[in-house]
Amino acid sequence: MLLGKIVGTAIATIKTPGLKGVKLLVVELLDNNLAPFGNRQIAADGVQQAGLNDIVFLVRAREAALTLAETFVPVDLAVVGVVDKVDIDKSIQDFELSTGYSRY
Amino acid sequence: MVIAKVIGTVVSTTKHPAYTGYKLQVVQPLHLTGQSPDPSFLALDSLQAGVGDTVLVMREGNSARQITKIKDAPIISMIVGILDAVEIT
Repeated sequence: MLLGKIVGTAIATIKTPGLKGVKLLVVELLDNNLAPFGNRQIAADGVQQAGLNDIVFLVRAREAALTLAETFVPVDLAVVGVVDKVDIDKSIQDFELSTGYSRY
Repeated sequence: MVIAKVIGTVVSTTKHPAYTGYKLQVVQPLHLTGQSPDPSFLALDSLQAGVGDTVLVMREGNSARQITKIKDAPIISMIVGILDAVEIT
């Protein structure tokens, strides 16, 4: 799952029949500092309560379609929740796996 | 599955019903010395992992549905183990 921010909506009149009534949101993906990275993407609204400028979390792949009323639809990114608070511990910096035996 | 470190938590009230009852954690995959790190992502916590713990994260939808026992749960990544030690030769 990924963090993202809603920056707009997309409207399509002609689309796959199963996507009728599905809201399409323009999202930008966020990194650990809640800064956007990469290209903007379109996500289906799986919670139906996400609005503009909300920080949300998203699910990719086959599971994205499972958030919708019709689950056998061609969707690969969907909003599954609206974020209230993100708490990241910036003091954790060591992400290296060293060879040998390491105890955690 | 990947080895990752829990670096934070996400609080959410409005969410898909399948996510209720689980903590949502921000995890950063670990990498070998000299390799570039993968980006961090969110994982649902099926155990009681805390910030700073080194964990085993499974990234596959069907296994997540087996753990939550919810058919059609839209969950991909899930923390399935808290690591005590890793030995790499």
